Amino acid sequence: MNRLEPLIFELSAPGRTAYSLPELDVPSKDLSALLPPGAVREAPPELPEVSEVDVVRHFVRLSHLNHGVDVDFYPLGSCTMKYNPKINEDMANLPGFAHVHPYTPQEAVQGLLKLMYDLQRDLCEIGGMDRFTLQPAAGAHGEFAGLSIIRAYLVSMGQGHRNKVIIPDSGHGTNPATAVMNGCVMVEVKSDARGGVDLDALRAELDHNVAALMLTNPNTLGLADENIHIIARMVHQAGGLLYYDGANANGTLGWTRPGDMGFDVMHFNLHKTFATPHGGGGPGSGPVGVKERLAAFLPVPTVEFDGQRYFLDYNRPQSIGKVRSLYGNVGVAIKAYTYIREMGAAGLKRVTEDAVLNANYLMAELKKHYLLPYDRYCKHEFVLSGNWQKNRSGVRTLDISKRTLDFGMHPPTNYFPLIVDEAMMIEPTETESKETLDRYIRVLKEIDRETAEEPDKVKDSPHTTPVGRLDEITANRKPNLRWRKDG
Amino acid sequence: MAYPADYKYTKSHEYIKVEGNMGIVGLTNYAQDQLGDIVFVELPEVGGEVKQGEPFGVVESVKAVSDCYSPVGGKVVAVNDKLNDEPGTINADPHGAGWIMKVEIADKGEFANLMDVAAYQKHAEEEAKAGHH
Amino acid sequence: MRYLPNTDQDRRAMLAAIGAKDIGELFADIAEPTRLGRELNLPAPMAESQLRAHLGSLAAANATVNDYACFAGGGAYDHYIPSVIPHLIMRNEFYTAYTPYQPEVSQGTLQSIYEYQTMIAELTGMDVANASMYDGASAAAEAILLAMATNRRNQVVISRGVHPETRTVCKTYTAGQGVTFHEAALLADGTTDPASAATLVTDKTACLIVQYPNFLGVVEPLAELAKAAHEKGALFVVVANPISLALLRPPGEFGADVVCGEGQPLGLPLGFGGPYLGFFACLEKYQRRMAGRLSGMTVDTRGQRAFVLTLQTREQHIRREKATSNICSNEALCALAACVYMSVMGKQGLREVAAQCIQKAHYAYERITALPGFSPAFASPFWSEFVVRTPVPPAQLQSALFERKFLGPLDVGAFYPEYQGLAMFAVTERRTRAEIDALVSALEVIAR
Repeated sequence: MNRLEPLIFELSAPGRTAYSLPELDVPSKDLSALLPPGAVREAPPELPEVSEVDVVRHFVRLSHLNHGVDVDFYPLGSCTMKYNPKINEDMANLPGFAHVHPYTPQEAVQGLLKLMYDLQRDLCEIGGMDRFTLQPAAGAHGEFAGLSIIRAYLVSMGQGHRNKVIIPDSGHGTNPATAVMNGCVMVEVKSDARGGVDLDALRAELDHNVAALMLTNPNTLGLADENIHIIARMVHQAGGLLYYDGANANGTLGWTRPGDMGFDVMHFNLHKTFATPHGGGGPGSGPVGVKERLAAFLPVPTVEFDGQRYFLDYNRPQSIGKVRSLYGNVGVAIKAYTYIREMGAAGLKRVTEDAVLNANYLMAELKKHYLLPYDRYCKHEFVLSGNWQKNRSGVRTLDISKRTLDFGMHPPTNYFPLIVDEAMMIEPTETESKETLDRYIRVLKEIDRETAEEPDKVKDSPHTTPVGRLDEITANRKPNLRWRKDG
Repeated sequence: MAYPADYKYTKSHEYIKVEGNMGIVGLTNYAQDQLGDIVFVELPEVGGEVKQGEPFGVVESVKAVSDCYSPVGGKVVAVNDKLNDEPGTINADPHGAGWIMKVEIADKGEFANLMDVAAYQKHAEEEAKAGHH
Repeated sequence: MRYLPNTDQDRRAMLAAIGAKDIGELFADIAEPTRLGRELNLPAPMAESQLRAHLGSLAAANATVNDYACFAGGGAYDHYIPSVIPHLIMRNEFYTAYTPYQPEVSQGTLQSIYEYQTMIAELTGMDVANASMYDGASAAAEAILLAMATNRRNQVVISRGVHPETRTVCKTYTAGQGVTFHEAALLADGTTDPASAATLVTDKTACLIVQYPNFLGVVEPLAELAKAAHEKGALFVVVANPISLALLRPPGEFGADVVCGEGQPLGLPLGFGGPYLGFFACLEKYQRRMAGRLSGMTVDTRGQRAFVLTLQTREQHIRREKATSNICSNEALCALAACVYMSVMGKQGLREVAAQCIQKAHYAYERITALPGFSPAFASPFWSEFVVRTPVPPAQLQSALFERKFLGPLDVGAFYPEYQGLAMFAVTERRTRAEIDALVSALEVIAR
């Protein structure tokens, strides 16, 4: 079988090393004097034996097989693949941040605590919330923390029986999973013809068991819910709370705030809205914001300021506890803080304006060639359907995406939201130029032509990527999840 | 698509082939076609009880998961272990070698809630037209 | 603005193509009562040079392990990070990519995850490992969810030797699902009491969780604890320090069902607590219930070996409300760092790190416990962290040492009310004999 790049284990040769350690400078004792019989590992783990050059070349060659934002356009819907400023990385890597032990005395980490405190305050202002915690490590983690806070609040109000979480049919998959992890029952409400929450369907679910509505706004169709203030009033009147999934906050900055829409709890994805890198799937960060009445339930510790010094407050008896150890993905928070300081208020508003402008421009041009099921101004993203192409020549959205790869661009999010057939969810972000957008339009136009004239070229794509389509059926029927020395 | 004339069917696309007190349960050709290549089947436990309309197992394709709902209530007397290694048997021969479980039927009165082949054929065609997955 | 390429002319051309008269028209659907109607109240924007000065001054206000000899541990450890790691993980193609949903242009991420999964499985002595979780504590919580989904039980027995923060996270994670927690007591020697564990584990117990070495640094005797769990059909979950496993018998050899833990020691900076790395490994029979992403080996249409996200039906984006966990983004770049770290250290290097830790920790232990007023707290084997009784309150000791440019020890009483007057020292391979000797001299002076 052809191998693009050997596994690091296949580069291994006994006795070859890449590590550098000083000589042991204390008296060496026999291990049998330090550990009881049977406690010492006999067979060493099969880690590779390679030189530093082997390691460097191996991972550099692997990197060449990847597509990233720094390589080319990456319009992956709901993921906000915007450019990641390099200064942010430099700042997070400053030794005064990166080489600090989490249990350092608080007096000696005042710079870090101030940064965290100020970032929380900025997030409050941007989200229209009263308090924020930086503890959750990702968006879904934030959802879990946020819904836990809502549940704890309801229990404290004698409303612990409320266990119903309402989620629109356009919601992210994490929403229902979060509800169930919190011991709640998930109820789906349908969207109306304009892509918003269907108010009648919502009303029918609003009973005395409602704990919360989880909503993304703009939603996963990229559309602002025009009735959001009415929805908030309805849910509140029924005794429920509103949770804002911040995945799409890039369509709101400086124009509207979840807190002003009526949401009680929210998360931001710092790796989306605030330009921190996605890292191939993390680390992200999912800070959670709440209105004042829910502040007592935030995870511990909170970062506080008494006018003199910043400190960590663990003494919060109503807290939900902790969703991870320590204080959160602080390194990611530093990057987001740097970004907010660089952009300022006008800059962040401009971010959203250009994100929305770019999306509407693409939408206006692409709807000439692809079905646009919800035809009204979008926010930061929009959803096309590949149904015209599918009906014309059997070419599926997946094929169109694979063909896009041949032009050096990353495809959109496919087959989501679930309410659009053959969905292509396109989010250009504000950091792409008109020239890039025009190039993407030309590519999708060309692929549309191909689906009519030479559909096999699309169905057999990609042709120019390092690997072709993969046998996922075998990968799932007979999973091979690790290398073994003996094969 | 062709469906055996002597089987009974559910709206959720399971079939039952009745042999005396015994029923052989599986997914219809329409169901396997909608799912695509099946990669994993979670079988019920032999000896366990199943109820009409309630889930008894799970089938998975690469990108989809689907519960299987029992056409009748009763006791599971056998499962098709072959599916552990060859889940694609459901795709290849859904109405035959791709059966999932054998049930000792508790109450034949429940058959009233099932469809005959003509009704099912119509149901499947309507769903296909409506674009349900 | 340097990240926003649209010129005024571009904006006009695009608005014209859209057919909108101005940018405001694109926001007309924002419900009137929810419009902000003012500018956000944020500090004025800064140029890059100003950012450097500003962030530089905030960074300067923190004590780092470069300036203080670090004897603090408790879940975060000061190991040496080879230069190769930042160079490789900062390759743009790695850190500006996202989840490898398009395998044709993500083989770099997917193959490195596969290699990482292999290394974690090797280290823990387990069959398979996932692509990562948020941190060690949340990985332990995910182990509970896996156990509950496997045996449909809803009680958990957790050793009091498990990191207090991990125990808190486990409780928060499962609070909504009606889980009852029982804590297995510790014996006077700091190990988990097997009799306590055996009493608490019943046929309603989903899993027994222990830490290895435990929070107090003690190497738990796993065999008896595994037996206590398995006798009642509960899963045996071990939260382990990954570097210790290069030297200690891996939990897999004691019959663990799940081995998870904090991956920070594997080449990640201390970073004031994050981003860190939850690693998670289990037996093959649980792999379809394991949360998190998995990279699997397969072939492409051209007959090449290639890698792809596998068993995705376990995950929330497909299984939605029936998923075991809601985890989506994980700590992929941290897993890559760990993968590079384990490649650089290799079979010999990692063992050498683990060996230097145990040797230096024992050297420090012997010298400290020889000081008047200092005595061992637990007479049990340890690896790189140990607890001593101190003649002055640990908090006071800590401040006095801090003034002398030492970080640590931790005040165990701040974590365990029952262990007042105990201090815990962590000694990694980075500590030199000179630093240890200087620490001992400082302790002598402070305790005088």
